[in-house]
Order: sequence, then C-alpha cells, then structure tokens
Amino acid sequence: MLDLTYTLPKPRVIAGARHDWELVIGMEIHAQVASNAKLFSGASTQVGSEPNSNVAFVDAAMPGMLPVINEFCIEQAVRTGLGLKAQINLTSAFDRKNYFYPDLPQGYQISQLYHPIVGMGEVLVEMSPGVARLVRIERIHLEQDAGKSIHDMDPAMSFVDFNRTGVALMEIVSRPDLRGPEEAAAYVAKLRQILRYLGTCDGNMQNGNLRADVNVSVCRPGQYEKYQATQDFGHLGTRCEIKNMNSMRFIQLAIDFEARRQIAILEDGGTVHQETRLYDPDKNETRSMRSKEEAHDYRYFPDPDLLPLEIEQAWVDDIAAQMPELPDAKKARFMGDFGLTDYDANVLTADLESAAFFEAVAAGRDGKMAANWVINELFGRLNKQGLAIADSPVSVAQLGGVLDLIASGEISGKMAKDLFEIVWTEGGDPAAIAAARGMKQVTDTGAIEAAVDAIIAENPGQVEKARANPKLAGWFVGQVIKSTGGKANPATVNEMVTRKLGL
Amino acid sequence: MNANELTIAAARDALRKGDLTAVDLTMSCLTAMDAGDGLNAFVHKTPEIALDQARAADARLAQGDAPAMCGIPLGIKDLFCTKGVPSQAGSNILKGFRPEYESTVTTRLFEAGAVMLGKLNMDEFAMGSSNETSCYGPAVNPWKVDDRQLTPGGSSGGSAAAVAADLCLAATGTDTGGSIRQPAAFTGIVGIKPTYGRVSRWGIVAFASSLDQAGPMTKTVRDAAIFLQAMAGHDPKDSTSANLAVPDFEAALTGDIRGTTIGIPKEYRMDGMPDEIEALWARGIAMMKDAGARIVDISLPHTKYALPAYYVIAPAEASSNLARYDGVRYGHRAKLTAGDGITEMYEKTRAEGFGPEVQRRIMVGTYVLSAGFYDAYYNRARRVRALIKRDFELAFAEGIDAILTPATPSSAFGLGEMASADPVEMYLNDVFTVTVNLAGLPGIAVPVGLDRRGLPLGLQLIGRPWAEGDLLNHAHVLETAAGFVAKADKWW
Repeated sequence: MLDLTYTLPKPRVIAGARHDWELVIGMEIHAQVASNAKLFSGASTQVGSEPNSNVAFVDAAMPGMLPVINEFCIEQAVRTGLGLKAQINLTSAFDRKNYFYPDLPQGYQISQLYHPIVGMGEVLVEMSPGVARLVRIERIHLEQDAGKSIHDMDPAMSFVDFNRTGVALMEIVSRPDLRGPEEAAAYVAKLRQILRYLGTCDGNMQNGNLRADVNVSVCRPGQYEKYQATQDFGHLGTRCEIKNMNSMRFIQLAIDFEARRQIAILEDGGTVHQETRLYDPDKNETRSMRSKEEAHDYRYFPDPDLLPLEIEQAWVDDIAAQMPELPDAKKARFMGDFGLTDYDANVLTADLESAAFFEAVAAGRDGKMAANWVINELFGRLNKQGLAIADSPVSVAQLGGVLDLIASGEISGKMAKDLFEIVWTEGGDPAAIAAARGMKQVTDTGAIEAAVDAIIAENPGQVEKARANPKLAGWFVGQVIKSTGGKANPATVNEMVTRKLGL
Repeated sequence: MNANELTIAAARDALRKGDLTAVDLTMSCLTAMDAGDGLNAFVHKTPEIALDQARAADARLAQGDAPAMCGIPLGIKDLFCTKGVPSQAGSNILKGFRPEYESTVTTRLFEAGAVMLGKLNMDEFAMGSSNETSCYGPAVNPWKVDDRQLTPGGSSGGSAAAVAADLCLAATGTDTGGSIRQPAAFTGIVGIKPTYGRVSRWGIVAFASSLDQAGPMTKTVRDAAIFLQAMAGHDPKDSTSANLAVPDFEAALTGDIRGTTIGIPKEYRMDGMPDEIEALWARGIAMMKDAGARIVDISLPHTKYALPAYYVIAPAEASSNLARYDGVRYGHRAKLTAGDGITEMYEKTRAEGFGPEVQRRIMVGTYVLSAGFYDAYYNRARRVRALIKRDFELAFAEGIDAILTPATPSSAFGLGEMASADPVEMYLNDVFTVTVNLAGLPGIAVPVGLDRRGLPLGLQLIGRPWAEGDLLNHAHVLETAAGFVAKADKWW
C-alpha cells in the first residue's frame, strides 16, 4: 500500500578537535496503553485521582493477591504491533524484573523479557520530502508502570502513591538506526502519531504517558556502515542510556550534549563507560545515574503466577481487519487523490482529527483548494487562538459552504476571506450571509463591460503601455474590480480586458 | 465419643439427621481446642466467628439445603488470608496483619457453611518440615515416644496436630514440596495435595507459586473427598487455576480398584531407607494387589534430581514472592535511627521480620536467579523439572493408574533433634513428595501402620493429573485394607 520512495538522510556529523564523529542512537519508548483499567487489575487508570485511590489489592502487593491479565491491554499491544508492521507472537510470556523500591510494591515489575508479544517491525521516519529513515523496531513488550515516590512533602519522610502502579505500558524498542538528534525527535513524533492514529496510547508526553530512554554512542565515519553490514555492535562505540525523556526538544538537546561529552572523552584518550544517565534541562547536561557496575541485577525469571499468553491468529486477524488507515498510507492517498503537495499532506495527516476535517471538506470539492483553506485559513486562525480542531468555530459544512461559493464563482477569493471571518466570529450559513450582505461577485457581462470600457477610456496612457507590454493588462483588471467594489468576477474581467485591449 | 472426634462424613450425617447441632459440634471442638494448647496447634482462635457460623449452619440445616461441609468445624492454616482475622503465615514480618479480603478457599468453605475455629500453626511462610521455623514456636505432635516431644512435620504442622488430636474435624493445608503429605504421615491422618490448578491460590500467602497447592487434611479418605469437593474449582482470580469441572469425589469412592495398574517406582527405594519403611511399602503393595490391582515395577529415572531441582526452583520463586515484605505498606517495620534511609529500612525490617530458614531460602533463591548463575541453576532446574514431569507422563501413558511410594523416609522425629543438623538433612524429608509438586500431580498420604516405637507411618499414592477421584478411590482401598485406627494417647 505504501509506495513512498525516499533517500536516506545524512547522519549528523560532529567535528571533533581531531576528526569527525557520527552519532548512533537507539530508543526505548514507554507508551502507556490507553486503557481504563490496569494491566493486571481492575483498578482505574484515571489521572488526577486522590493519591492511593486507584489501587486494587494486587496493585498494593497484598499477601496472596494474584495478577490477572487485562485482555484489552493485550489487544492494544497487538494493534500497535500491527501498526508498526511487526511480527505478532502468538505465544508470549511474562517475566518478573526484581528490584527493591518503595514505589514498586511487589518488589518486582511484571514485564516480558524473554518472550515479548511483538517482534520485529519498522517505522518510516520522514525528515523532508523524499528523505526518510526506516527505523527497525526490535520488539514491543507489555509491562507494569511503577508508582510515584514523593520526597518533598515532609522533611523526614517519603510518601508513595500507587495510583500509577500496575498501569500498562508498551515498551517499544528500536534498533540503533537513528543517526542524529533531529531523527531521534522525528522518530518519537512519528511513533506518537501512529499510536494516536491507532488509539493505543494518547501520546501525552507532559503527563509522561509517552517517554523515551535514549541510547547514544558515537563512532568514526564508516563504522556504522560496518555495523549495518554485520549487525556486530563491536563496530560501534560504547553507549550511554539517557533515561526518562518526555520532551522532543530536550531529547535533541540531551543527545547533542551526550554526543559531545563522549567525543570529548574519546579525543582525550579516555573511554566511555556504559552507564545510565539523566538529563538536566536546567543545566543542559547529562549526569551519571548509575554505572554498569552499579547496575541492578534484576534476576529476571518467568512469572509463575501467569501462564504463557496464548493468542489466536484469528483474533489477530480480526484486529488487523479493523485497523485504521495509518499516517503513511493516508498521506500517500491525500497526495494521490487530492493532488496535495508533500508538505500539505504532512500537515493534514499530522493527526486524525485534522485529516478527517480536511477529507470532509474536500469531499466533492477541489482538494487543493480545500487543503489551502484548511491549512492557511482554518489552521492559521485556530493556531492564532490556541484552539484545537475539535473546538473550531467553523464547521466542515460552513467551510465547505464558503468553498462552494468560490467554486460557483459567486464570490471572489477576497470576499471568501471576509465571509470566513464573519462565519468564524458570528456563525451562520455562508450562502445566506453572502446573500444578506450583498457579497456577490458581478458576473453580469454588461455591467463589467461598461466598467472595462470606462477604465480603458479614462487611461489612454496605460492602454499604450499595456499594448506594448501585455503583462501590464493586470492593472486594468485590478482597476475594474476595484471600481465594482470587488464584486466583479476576476476571470470574466480578465477575459474582457484582454479582448478589449486587443492583446 | 465426643463430637469433636467425629469424621466429617459422620458429623454431616448426624447434623442432617438432627442428631447433632452445629453449635454443639462447634462447642465440642472449641473445648478440645482450648484443652489442646499444649500442642501449640492453634495460633489464633476465633470462637465468636465459629459460633456465629455454627448458628448460621444450624439455620441452613434446619431448612434442609445444607451442603456437606455445612456446620463442620475446621482449622485454617495461617497461610490463608482470612478477612479481619490475623493471617501471618507464621512470620513476624506479618505481625498484626489482618487482611481486608478472604481467600477463595475459605470463601468457598464458608459459603458451604463450614465453621472456622481459628488459625493453625505452620512453618514460617511454609518453609520447613518440622514446624520449628514458626514465629509462634513449633506445633507439637500428639504422638509421643516416651516423654520426648515430636514434630508434627511441616509446614502444615499445626493442621496435622489439630486434626490428629481431634481439636477440629479437619483442617486446610498447603503443599509446596510435601507440606500436607509429610505432616499427615507423621500424625497418622490423611492429606491430599490436589493437581496444580485444581484449587485456587488466590488469598493464600505465596511461597513458590508454581508449586503451591492447597488441600484438605482429614481423618479419613472420605473426608478428604468431601472437603476437597468444597475447596476445588475454577477461580478467574487465579490465572493458574484450571477451568475444569469438579467431579463428585465422594462418589468416586467405590472401593473397587480391580483391573487398575499400580506402578512401583524403583528409584524411590533409596539407599539407607529404614527397613520399617521398606516393609510398610511392601505391605501396601500387597494390599493393593489383594484388592485386585495389577502391580507393575516402573522407572522414574530423574527422581534423584528432584530434590536439588526443587531446592533451586522453590527458593527462586520465594525470593521474589517475599520481596513485598518490605515494611512499606503492612506488617512489621523496623524502628529506624537517625540517618537511616530506605536501604536500612529494608535491611533492618527484613532481618528482624524473617527467621533464619526464610532468610536462607531468600538468599539461595536470589543467588540462583542472579546474572551468571541463572542458567547453571534456575534454568537447569527447570529442565530437570520438565524431565521429571515427562517421567510421570510416560508412566501414565503406559497405563499406570496410580503410583505407590512411601510418604516419608522416617516417622516423626523429635523437636529440636535437627537443630544443629545441616539444613539439607531437613530437606531430605521431602524426598518422596517433591516430585509430585514439580510434576503438578495429585498426591495423597494415607496412614498405613505404626513403626516399632509406635509412631504412625504413611504411604503416598500419586495419581494422574485431574484424576483426584480415582486417586482418592485407590487411597480409600489402601486405607480400608490398612485399617489404621490408632490414635495418640492424650497427654496434652
């Protein structure tokens, strides 16, 4: 279905003191599954509830409590896998990742280390028209989120809120296929767009519902190609993982800082140590969180409370049959069916609501004109007022009505903009407003002819010039339209001016 | 005969006939329970709950719609969470813990009208074979040799002692490596570990999730059938619970095993096994043969690896299952001193709350799961487990209906006797029983005779998965043939 030919973007090259360096980036995205209940309990996932009010006995790890898988969350993971053109594993299993922390009541996180539900997939990340990176997805697995520790409520004590404990996350693990900060951010954006199309994650980064661990390493030019040829990580540099990033901007800044930090170490003759780091946006730097030596030994083993998860191919097929059109396909279709530019198609497919609005407006109308109006007039106006498309004061029918008046020649483009403004602020049916306020383009050739004759008669000098240089005929058109109060149909005027001047 | 000495079956019939009221039966047990403090079997008594339940049972009995367990006074192992009633799993780390929920097993029992007398002693977190790791001190075996106090076995030692001493009609137990069958054998009662997945684990404090299974500890095989009927069945709250219908176990007790095939595994004939055990086993074989079963020598070649594999898998799961006892949300929390942080809170809480055997198993479990050792220990143990399971599958595939083995390598030993022994000596108690847990099969211990010192000895029958009815029928035949009626002389 997808037929976008593209060339690869150039990797970011950072010039060191001694030589050039390239970046290699892989990501683990944690996407909260859009589900009303937790992964293994019926407790609500509602954000903003009283602390510790959405906690089932099993979430609080009360003695003898057992997890029961939430089938809806499994379905969302499968849907996401299908959306990333990934292999769906009909048998997967849950493992325990053991570590002690107060916001982890069980003393382990239930995750999927050995047998994830989704295997290899891919995401096409477009950087500019015709330039894109195909990022390989290694796996998607389901796991529990942890609770929240609160350290600033009391000088002597910490508190924990288990509302988030056990909420379902999808961890989407990429291969180290990203080559620069912009690509990394574009990848997150693309993934977010796909997840939102699928409805499997709301993509809210501010709430932490979508967050990224970013693995960064640097290497000399040429090394990455050797890695790709062999898949041998030995050709690449040692990576550091920057944890818990939830802003596109900070992801880019952190990668840039981290790459330069590693380059400085290497050019100084040092070695980069594999470690986990945190980004501090205030200081724009990454700081060591724990080294490889200090890394937890998570003692993963299969969770004996849960049988291996078996799903049926027929169930997967059912989910596949209900897949929505995804961004790449929608964009290709918009370009093909409506003749949109790459840029316009990108803008209009950025999210489902925009795309749906555009399609409704474009239905039975000129696609390009619809795109122009939706992007320039409507989106421009919405942006100016900070409104979402769902809150648009101008409906599909109203914008369509304006476009219909233009298409039938009843109003000019200039009038249409005025009319749009009236509809935006006052509401109402565009055709009725245009009629009531006399916003009608003059197509009566008699009236236009009289006006053309008058302007020609009044400006003999201009007539001479225009006959010598036909490009100047536009001046007459403008004058005629002006003399009719903007109501004269420009096409009719143009045709008549050209004829009368004998051009 | 006092009412507390009745079997479930006899009490059920008497209750239904109106010869006995549930309140009188319960009073009789409460009296016996109070008189039995020397056994240290009950660690928390619930007489008010018992009498309320008994009165409700009498009302149901009067209406004539009472299930079999209606009005039957039971002891509940401390491992079961019972709503509003202390449930400490025999551990200080759960000091003061009163669950806000009722385990599925006790819920089902109470819905069937059963009466809870109180909570029963056990090894801490069910880790032990002598009940000596309990934070309450050991339960004591009603059976004695001279004046030496003996262990009732473990971990369900309180359950075994209480049933054997007629403090209750029956008790719940749990069995991870033999914790129902070994104490049953040590006290001359019947204990069945059902097929893994037959009884819900929801609300039972977890030791080793892939091995834990609850079951009844009763005076007779018939009682075990009646009791298991009320406990068993699918529970959507336990993902490992099997969605299978529960057959009528009591109806399976036909007493007819003619034409069935009993396997005698040669690997269970261990070096240094006491002749008394050997002789008991031979007697059991003869009884089954006399009852018309065909006796076949079989081989379960991986048996010798079972105990080491068990003592890798069970501690591994336990080390993770017990991580939740961290002092953050419930149970014991150590007093902290200035400068102590979260690490000190964990360390002090767990050092104070867990006894030495639990600590040992947490450390073993943590070790075998750690990076670099996982494959050598945990994964290898899982492979062994698969082979052990396959041994049994092959035997059953060849037409074996049940397997007869000794239940324990000895009769009950003295309390404190193993105190200075290598922990592995204690683990050897499980040598005949752990294979059954590793393979997820049903197994039952039946009292068959007394040893020279006058202590009970039991045999174990192992059945096909989900064939508890058939297994109980074989056990019933063995029980009848053995005619074990001895009771401990009352000293408590």
